[in-house]
Amino acid sequence: MEKIFERPHSLSDFVLSYCPGCTHGVINRLVAEVVDEMGLEGSTIGVCPVGCSVTAYNFFEFDMQEAAHGRAPAVATGIKRVHPDKLVFTYQGDGDLAAIGTAETIHSAARAENISIIFVNNTIYGMTGGQMAPTSLIDQVTQTTPFGRKVENQGYPIHVSEMVSTLKGACYVERVSVDSVPNIRKTKAAIRKAFECQMAGKGFSLVEVLSSCPTNWGMSPVEALERIRTEMMPEFPLGVYKDCTETGGVR
Amino acid sequence: MAKVLMKGNEALAEAAMRCGCRFFFGYPITPQTELAAYMAKKMQKNGGTFLQAESEVAAINMVYGAAGAGARVMTSSSSPGISLKQEGISYIAGADLPCLVVNIVRGGPGLGGIQPAQSDYFQATKGGGHGDYHLLVFAPSSVQELADMTSRAFDKADEYRMPAMIMGDGMLGQMMEPVEFKDPIDPATLPEKPWATTGTGMKRKKNIINSLYLTPEELENLCIEREKRYDKIRATEALYEEIQTEDADVIIAAYGTIARVAMSAVEAARAKGIKAGLIRPITLWPFPEKVFAKRAETAKCFLSVEMSMGQMVEDVRLSVNGKKPVYFYGRTGGMVPEQDAIVAEIEKCLKNSQSGMNN
Amino acid sequence: MAKVTINKERCKGCGLCTSVCPRKIIVTDTEALNDKGYRPAKITEPDKCIGCAFCATICPDCVITIEK
Repeated sequence: MEKIFERPHSLSDFVLSYCPGCTHGVINRLVAEVVDEMGLEGSTIGVCPVGCSVTAYNFFEFDMQEAAHGRAPAVATGIKRVHPDKLVFTYQGDGDLAAIGTAETIHSAARAENISIIFVNNTIYGMTGGQMAPTSLIDQVTQTTPFGRKVENQGYPIHVSEMVSTLKGACYVERVSVDSVPNIRKTKAAIRKAFECQMAGKGFSLVEVLSSCPTNWGMSPVEALERIRTEMMPEFPLGVYKDCTETGGVR
Repeated sequence: MAKVLMKGNEALAEAAMRCGCRFFFGYPITPQTELAAYMAKKMQKNGGTFLQAESEVAAINMVYGAAGAGARVMTSSSSPGISLKQEGISYIAGADLPCLVVNIVRGGPGLGGIQPAQSDYFQATKGGGHGDYHLLVFAPSSVQELADMTSRAFDKADEYRMPAMIMGDGMLGQMMEPVEFKDPIDPATLPEKPWATTGTGMKRKKNIINSLYLTPEELENLCIEREKRYDKIRATEALYEEIQTEDADVIIAAYGTIARVAMSAVEAARAKGIKAGLIRPITLWPFPEKVFAKRAETAKCFLSVEMSMGQMVEDVRLSVNGKKPVYFYGRTGGMVPEQDAIVAEIEKCLKNSQSGMNN
Repeated sequence: MAKVTINKERCKGCGLCTSVCPRKIIVTDTEALNDKGYRPAKITEPDKCIGCAFCATICPDCVITIEK
């Protein structure tokens, strides 16, 4: 018998700090699997945000930097300029990227910065206990929208993939989901494509991953995956929003 | 290398590149514009990176990343921009990263003005960001010293693994003076940084650049260790210049460009038979406490002259520790103290100190 | 025939694996408790496992190893 599924080498043998059933853990593993398959563990430098994955520097075996809230793309820019040959990615949540870090996201894309962003969208601030995020849905009840998010008070959810794909410096932008096994596999393929886009020097790549937050959604882990399908996907359609990888990239 | 005539802002940029700095992340703001413009022209030729970020906040975080990746890196800005960078500087100190931050100070608070000032002294020396941390703060008063302090700042930042700041002002940045540079250093010859995130190469365990410590004991231990480093710096790295202080009754404390005006006031006072002297701190942190304490034995009083409403005066008072009165005279908002006004203040202080008036 | 190994101590009893097994042979063990007080997953009929690794793919804590 041969092992056909095991913990990827670049994922640390460490108890992940995520809540039971939180799909951050799946996405962390996918990143590690892709790094392993591309043989890049020795030349990867990851940047983790402030949010549920703030201690992701404990979850990977490659070099890591922990960035201030929202600033991971800027930190990654600094790293990439020093080590242009290394794989440099950020791993960020929707508060980190689409709220406080919006400028850093847009400008690293506009600069065609040769980094990859793994953007985990679960429509809520998880680490701080369930506040509204820029991607929270209309009528979504959170700790800071106890009566549901209302357009007249909190406006509309932000669509990062669509927004970033309008920037010429963005080479590859796809929105995927980890709500099911087939979609998890597609997410892995998207992460792989983003990392390959970067290593081929073709420019900025971003993978937006629809993910769950059972604890703060007040659901069981299985029900939470159902919410991704029934409520999040209509608002955040999956798909490739930009792909210049075949035509030589954008740099 | 022969002397060249150069603007302060540009001399600083040239000195930085010569000591192996290959990464500059900045954002436009008066009055440090020439520094960034010079870097934009020259960095590329040196095989380095000049990047104008989308904000000072992004710029300081690019510095964090590049410093964590092991490079000599700097940013420059002016007062309002330096305020935006405070969180990033606290993170850089909290992750024990070396870098250089240049503040060409302008009048404040708020959008303030663009004329020279020294009203960021507290921010620079007492920590403008959160938590127990310090920056090495150098305050040159000539273009030559600006160049010399730049390479010293990089060396000391690397040695003590902490951020360093050069505090200048619009005058220093815009004035042209002859300057001689050291020979350029190839960054590859700089000491290795085993802690940096350069990729494990599968040959070492991972390196982590981080300032988050959720267990309080761990965070406290780090702060205690850092404080030991700071104590060593306080004991060994304070730089200052003393002029005619041995027999001085009134000793002026002044730094940066204002120390030059104060020096001419000292000479003018001496010409009028008043025994005046000057202590010029070159490092603002660590503050040169010992020389003030020593001179407090002999001087009758001290006069801190600053382009602010009085900030360094507090450190002078702390150093003199009540032995003698410490007075203050300053202009702010971009106004510059003038020689005659300082001489008048010297006379007033002398009179007050003899009649036991403390202020 | 495939072999599924579950690291019971690391399992957080989230149940995601139980929702994707095409053979319905991975369930939450309602009798067992691990050190953390979670009810870990368990395999009811190991010989029915086809080694599709769906359970391992969706496991957020990477506690399932599959051999085939």
